[in-house]
Amino acid sequence: MRRKSLFLLVSLLTLALVIAGCSAPQTADAPKEDDVIKIGVFEPMTGANAAGGALEVEGAKLANKLYPEVLGKKVELVIVDNKSDKVEAANAAALLVEKEKVAAIIGSWGSSLSMAAGDVIREKVPTVGASCTNPLVTQDNDWYFRVCFIDPFQGKVMANYAYNNLGAKKTAIIQEVSNDYAIGLAKFYTDAFKELTGDDNSIVTVTNYNTGDQDFTAQLTNIKATNPDVIFAPGNFTESALIIKQARSLGITTPFIGGDTFETPEFVDIGGDAVEGAVFSTFFTSEKPITKESETFLAEYRKEYNKEPAAVTALAYDAYLVILDAIERAGTTDPAALRDAIAQTQGYEGAAGIISLDENGDAVKNAVIKEVKDGQFVYLDTIEPK
Amino acid sequence: MALKLFLQDILGGMTPELFLQHLTNGISLGSLYALIAIGYTMVYGILRLINFAHGDIFMMATYFTFYSIVLFSIPWYITFFLVIIMTGALGMVVEASAYRPLRDAPRISILISAIGASFLLENLAIVIFGGRPKAFPAPELFTKVFMIGSVSVQRLTVIIPVVTVALLFVLLYLINNTKSGMAMRAVSKDHETARLMGVDVDRTISLTFGIGSMLAAVGGMMWGLKFPQIAPLMGVIPGLKCFIAAVVGGIGNIKGAVIGGFILGIGEIMLVALLPSLTGYRDAFAFVLLIVILLFKPTGIMGEKITEKV
Repeated sequence: MRRKSLFLLVSLLTLALVIAGCSAPQTADAPKEDDVIKIGVFEPMTGANAAGGALEVEGAKLANKLYPEVLGKKVELVIVDNKSDKVEAANAAALLVEKEKVAAIIGSWGSSLSMAAGDVIREKVPTVGASCTNPLVTQDNDWYFRVCFIDPFQGKVMANYAYNNLGAKKTAIIQEVSNDYAIGLAKFYTDAFKELTGDDNSIVTVTNYNTGDQDFTAQLTNIKATNPDVIFAPGNFTESALIIKQARSLGITTPFIGGDTFETPEFVDIGGDAVEGAVFSTFFTSEKPITKESETFLAEYRKEYNKEPAAVTALAYDAYLVILDAIERAGTTDPAALRDAIAQTQGYEGAAGIISLDENGDAVKNAVIKEVKDGQFVYLDTIEPK
Repeated sequence: MALKLFLQDILGGMTPELFLQHLTNGISLGSLYALIAIGYTMVYGILRLINFAHGDIFMMATYFTFYSIVLFSIPWYITFFLVIIMTGALGMVVEASAYRPLRDAPRISILISAIGASFLLENLAIVIFGGRPKAFPAPELFTKVFMIGSVSVQRLTVIIPVVTVALLFVLLYLINNTKSGMAMRAVSKDHETARLMGVDVDRTISLTFGIGSMLAAVGGMMWGLKFPQIAPLMGVIPGLKCFIAAVVGGIGNIKGAVIGGFILGIGEIMLVALLPSLTGYRDAFAFVLLIVILLFKPTGIMGEKITEKV
């Protein structure tokens, strides 16, 4: 009896080891020469956010292929995997900063992962996020920039859509509680929706789930009982797809709306018929090229990958261009000078729109609303910031 | 009617329909945990080894299914048997390469080797299959929904418990009534003595792993049907939870594993149902349950004395 309990305790400790277990981050092969400028790409390549990370890496790689040089030097991408994990994200960023000594960093998909890197890159390497929309990523960090809009705007856009287009008076929220992006977006949606309806009880329920969860039937059954007009589900794409699927099999017919994370091929693959009609806000649509760069990007992307690009791919492409442009203007890769040059970016014509960074380092841009129709992401509307 | 009133009494605001829906969800999840826990507990019962790679073998089974159906377009009913055989073989290979060389080593070495095997399989899957999640091909036959009153029930919700209970009986028969089963029980008591009695210990252990992995394969396929999304690390959390289910039921005890699985599944769902504010802590429920069991009844609910095994 005693031996057995001791053994079980030992196994429990081992279990803790397994959970905490982490392996060393991987590096891309990198020759060390002075005539090469290294730009780090810091993205989730494995784990729950892998599909999003892969889309952004495509964008950065394409930009690197089309614009391989700056200041007469070759630009080399150093891609590291942050494994969709906050701890790994800090490690991966440290690897880029300390070992690879990159001039600048692009990334990451996922605000939580970006925020985990915030303190690592501060005062060391200027970083440009592609699609991390949580305000906290750049707030109080002069070294972090982004080429996308932020969640207070995105939350407002979706609240407006729910109220005006769907005629919703009651919203239920199911959010990914371990994800800063989802929590932030849910909060901004809540604020905007309450203001629109003038009703403090218009958010009928807020329920949580964790990254990697697969069963949501209990939360959804609770939501069903509150009988909402619309369900707002900010969170990772795989979980969101499963949520909508399980909701439909529980007989919930309420429309689902969400944020930019929905726009990954996996969302439709996994969700299948269930995600038809899901509506979300995003950054860019290939149906409406905005600038000359958009056309170059679209043509080259289609040629290279033989499919339609996602918005986040265009943003990662833009992040690369913004960095290159700043290096050119600064005439050096000195971190402080490069940081200042990026901060001064105004009216830069990127693939996903015109980029002007505000005092926080955030781009002020239009949002696009899309819907899932016949397994495709279809453009619905463009919303301008006010 | 009396039942309805009774339910209303204990549940306050919750309607009986709502409660029954939660209960259905709980049974559905619990039976899945039970199915995977059986494999865990069987290997433990015979070898006194927690096979940490069990969750990863389970993950491999879902990928085998995915490639068989999507890439080779093999019908699901043939795939079902193919995958069970392939996964069984994989389990035997893992046993032969990671555990057999350590047969006479201290138990802790084998435990560490098991963790190593688990990491190896996970990273192998990332390299071979890619880190991006894939959609599991679930035939509609299994996922159709029907209504009982106002309660939505997926066909799987009925299928999984039936499969779990059927496999439970098959396994009990195998262990208690066949020659191989007798060999397994003998090995579980004492390797040396079993060997002296003419039992081929290596073969018996290999067989145990094969069967354990086949159970993981069935569990993996059922999991994939219910949660149609597969990824290289998908086995980690189910693996841990089903390990907990096995410990709660009394590790080494097959009936206990089924009971533990149901307790865990229904408990998780009911935690969310009755205390919605604790929803984010649902995974913690499993671990708290483990700690409580270890503190108050380390041998688990159906736990036997240390001298009796399987």
